[in-house]
Amino acid sequence: MNRDEVREAVLSILGEIAPEVDRSTIRADADLRDELDIDSMDFLRLVVRIDERLGVAIPEADYPSVRTLAGCVAYVAGKVASRAAEGAAEGARTA
Amino acid sequence: MAEFRMPSLGADMEAGTLVEWRVGKGDPVRRGQVIAVVETDKGAIEVEIWEDGVVDEIAVQPGTKVPVGTVLARLRGAGEAPAAAAAPETPAPSAAAPERVRASPAARARARELGVDLASVRGTGPGGAVTLGDVEARGAPAPPTPRAEAPAPARPPAAPPAAAGMRQAIGAAMARSKREIPHYYLGTEVDLSETLAWLARENERRSVAERLLPAAVLLWAVARAAREVPEVNGFFLDGAFRPAGAVHLGVAIALRQGGLVAPAIHGADGKGPGEIMRDLNDLVLRARKGGLRSSELSDPTLTVTSLGDLGVGTVYGVIYPPQVALVGFGRIQERPWAAGGKVEVRPVVHATLSGDHRASDGIRGAQFLAALERFLRAPEGP
Repeated sequence: MNRDEVREAVLSILGEIAPEVDRSTIRADADLRDELDIDSMDFLRLVVRIDERLGVAIPEADYPSVRTLAGCVAYVAGKVASRAAEGAAEGARTA
Repeated sequence: MAEFRMPSLGADMEAGTLVEWRVGKGDPVRRGQVIAVVETDKGAIEVEIWEDGVVDEIAVQPGTKVPVGTVLARLRGAGEAPAAAAAPETPAPSAAAPERVRASPAARARARELGVDLASVRGTGPGGAVTLGDVEARGAPAPPTPRAEAPAPARPPAAPPAAAGMRQAIGAAMARSKREIPHYYLGTEVDLSETLAWLARENERRSVAERLLPAAVLLWAVARAAREVPEVNGFFLDGAFRPAGAVHLGVAIALRQGGLVAPAIHGADGKGPGEIMRDLNDLVLRARKGGLRSSELSDPTLTVTSLGDLGVGTVYGVIYPPQVALVGFGRIQERPWAAGGKVEVRPVVHATLSGDHRASDGIRGAQFLAALERFLRAPEGP
């Protein structure tokens, strides 16, 4: 899964949480809570959906890194890439 | 023959539209079963029935708006014979005959004095009975509303959006609260260091989907404290405070389209933070997407509101009648905190209690806040 696919998946989840928001208007560097008028319950739902859909469990300590769309996409894409690299290395070791 | 009536889903509800029957004539029903969907200012609400029986008559058809208390259907017991002659299928909204309305003798007498039609009064007494207080509230001068009959304006006003109806309903309930309830207000700051440390440890061992928010622990502590100080948990009805047997915690939930609802977490005083978190998550989802049940809206015994997510430091709440207290929480924020001769930076929340002086005094209110602080500083696992 590349960065664009991660971005699309995150936007899709945000669309479920705040269906009335036009996805194209979300500013990449704005705090999602302000940008989408979401509360702590909605933010937790975002984290849960990312875990369910993309397999990335975001620890509470890392919440500040995913507060913006850009930050969230970079964080999740980074974790997905790391996982892919680890998988490839593991495959090379067992081959 | 039992009657299934348009329920009162809170002090701010006057009428509802029957939008769907989930049962038909002749169907057996069980206590607790959702048998109808009603559209109110709070959205579509699933309505349960609280008796076993067989549907003998559907009295109101889908699409009909009727006042609270109107008979929607009639039930007969399992061995009971069907009614000989059925009433008209869809009576006009005003067809709720006064003699069918349950009301106390004092309420009937007062209604005659004030010229109030009992059928138009929302009953808050046992089984939806109209009380003296209900009649007096209805008989009091009401502010003009956009729906009042008046000469046609030169330019017809635009139809109000759904949110405007909810605003009107909330306004009516809050006006009644301020008119009838002698509020007192208490507040205290609570150091949440231990609470949040416990929460962090809990969330480390939990899956992402089972993580707790601070709100779950705040609600848990309110429920436990209310069990210790029952004067804040219950209803003021017919001129007397009636304590509730359990703590059904109303949680104020803001809706994305505007307005709010306050459905109940039932039996919150017997639940841990984990169970309260699951219930809260479920209520928020259903409040925003539809699917709340009538029992969740009609029986909160104490309401909690939290505006911390919006950066508010302190909440001074208005009690939701006929409840007798409201607990408010502001933002959890780092503050200088003096303890043991030292000043440290600690996470602090401002907790407030709005109390009804007819049910309690400041001493019991203070004891409630002290208990709340004690529970918050020593949270327990689910």
